[in-house]
Amino acid sequence: MKVNEQNVAYVADLANLELTDEERGRMLRDLNSILDYIDRLNQLDTSNVAPMAQTLQRYGVDESKQGTERFAYASRDDIREGLRKSLPHDEALANAPESDGIFFKVPKVIER
Amino acid sequence: MDLDSLTIDSARTAIAERKTTATALAEAFYDKIQKDDPQIGAYLILSKDRAMETAGRIDRLAAQSKDLPPLGGVPVGIKDVMVTRGMRSTGGSKILGNYIPPYDCTAVARMEAAGAIVLGKLNCDEFAMGSSNENSAFHPVRNPRDTSRVPGGSSGGSAAAVAAGMAVVALGSDTGGSIRQPASFCGVVGLMPTYGRVSRYGLIAFASSLDHIGPLARTVKDAATVLRTIAGRDPMDSTSADVPVPDYVAELEKPIRGLKIGVAKEYFGEGLDNEVRNAVEAAIEKLRSLGCEIVPVSLPHTEYAIPTYYIVATAEASSNLARFDGVRYGYRARNARALSDMYRRSRDEGFGAEVKRRIMLGTYALSAGYYDAYYLKAQKVRTLLTRDFDQAFKKVDAIVTPTSPTAAFKLGEKVDDPLAMYLADIYTVTADLAGIPGISIPCGETHEKLPIGLQILGRHFDEATILRVAHAYEQARAS
Repeated sequence: MKVNEQNVAYVADLANLELTDEERGRMLRDLNSILDYIDRLNQLDTSNVAPMAQTLQRYGVDESKQGTERFAYASRDDIREGLRKSLPHDEALANAPESDGIFFKVPKVIER
Repeated sequence: MDLDSLTIDSARTAIAERKTTATALAEAFYDKIQKDDPQIGAYLILSKDRAMETAGRIDRLAAQSKDLPPLGGVPVGIKDVMVTRGMRSTGGSKILGNYIPPYDCTAVARMEAAGAIVLGKLNCDEFAMGSSNENSAFHPVRNPRDTSRVPGGSSGGSAAAVAAGMAVVALGSDTGGSIRQPASFCGVVGLMPTYGRVSRYGLIAFASSLDHIGPLARTVKDAATVLRTIAGRDPMDSTSADVPVPDYVAELEKPIRGLKIGVAKEYFGEGLDNEVRNAVEAAIEKLRSLGCEIVPVSLPHTEYAIPTYYIVATAEASSNLARFDGVRYGYRARNARALSDMYRRSRDEGFGAEVKRRIMLGTYALSAGYYDAYYLKAQKVRTLLTRDFDQAFKKVDAIVTPTSPTAAFKLGEKVDDPLAMYLADIYTVTADLAGIPGISIPCGETHEKLPIGLQILGRHFDEATILRVAHAYEQARAS
């Protein structure tokens, strides 16, 4: 077994999930079964292989340039020219579960 | 008018020649949806007001005998992972059940600008996570060919709507096979373009380095027409590529004689259903008879694709789905004591089981002490998988494989075994990881009359070649 009950509780905490007891038991079983399968990656020697975060790095990037210039293709014209117009205030708040018309409202942040 | 066999051309021409109107056609589709969709469950949301507004615009053009735009009056459906301004967009999730976005997804906006009539939003697995559409927070979708079976996933609603004549074409999204596998299960055409070919702006993010928008259609030509409409650089998505968009429809007619078609033995191994194998092998023979040269190729790391995918995709998902916190939009649990309690309970109550499973797996793979062993390892194997294709495409112009190891399975068959469900994507995930384009087209049926799909994979930004091969095969099979 790769993960135990403490691991599940720790990861749920990191992920901002609570999970019921039943969900935790199920998660323990499923995660171990999937991680066992994933273990086969260790059959491969990857010590001299570069990691790949995304495929598009091979397109558009000017490899001869350094820093942000390398990624010049990705900057937006409207950003170059100045600030893009943001959403109107009322539209930005329209989907809020709770707001006072100016701010998003949330329950108290610090518990006593 | 037979809605089941309409294509983009036949719908648009009928409106241009005043044999019908865009308004009447949309009405006919809504009637059909009302009659047939209760048995299928393809649509989550209908957008009749918006549809009729666009239809009116097209009808005014037709009345003035003006040229109609490329999709003028064509009724389409949109997978509900693409946001639509002022129209509820759920991602198939309870957590976004009442979300009304303030902007339009670029691909949807481009479809409407080209005259398409958006009938509504199509059902899918929650946040596009699933291979059977059973993870929808609302209801499952049933396969129009056999309602005891799944339509595939996660774009199950898109594939079912097109197969059942409830949309002429649909947009879907593909992160591990979610366009091609349901296309295969429902007997329609499904195209995943190259990563970056189509803007992801307004696509509710699952795994940002793997997500693609693409069409599901009844003909290869319709898929080409839609791709031409939605492809190209978009300033709102920095990963959309500044690569010229060819006229995919014109390219279809180029001959395929002399093309080199690769066949990889790794896609014909254990687990492949015999009827699927026979149909795909017959399709390969058909391509040979059309003048293609069939060349054996090797993609030696294929067996590592699923484990790599389920690390990379879940890691990215755990990060992307952190935004659902019950503050700015989406579901919020009631009566929380404090902020942290509100976060947890909102996410606990808002997300379904599969989404939680993937968030947990991804968070674990990224957590301190496990990052190198899992996430970094998977990123390295992703490089190896991509190199496999680079090597193969030095020798061949396209690679053909089965789309899925089996035809459509029964509802409920795999819901209790996540790993078995993941393996339904064994032939499709590699293309997502490598960023190359792939198309699934129908190539036969099982003895139970269930559709079988042929997958054709191509080089980066070479959709034109796979569409051309698919079109030639489709024409030869029909004649």
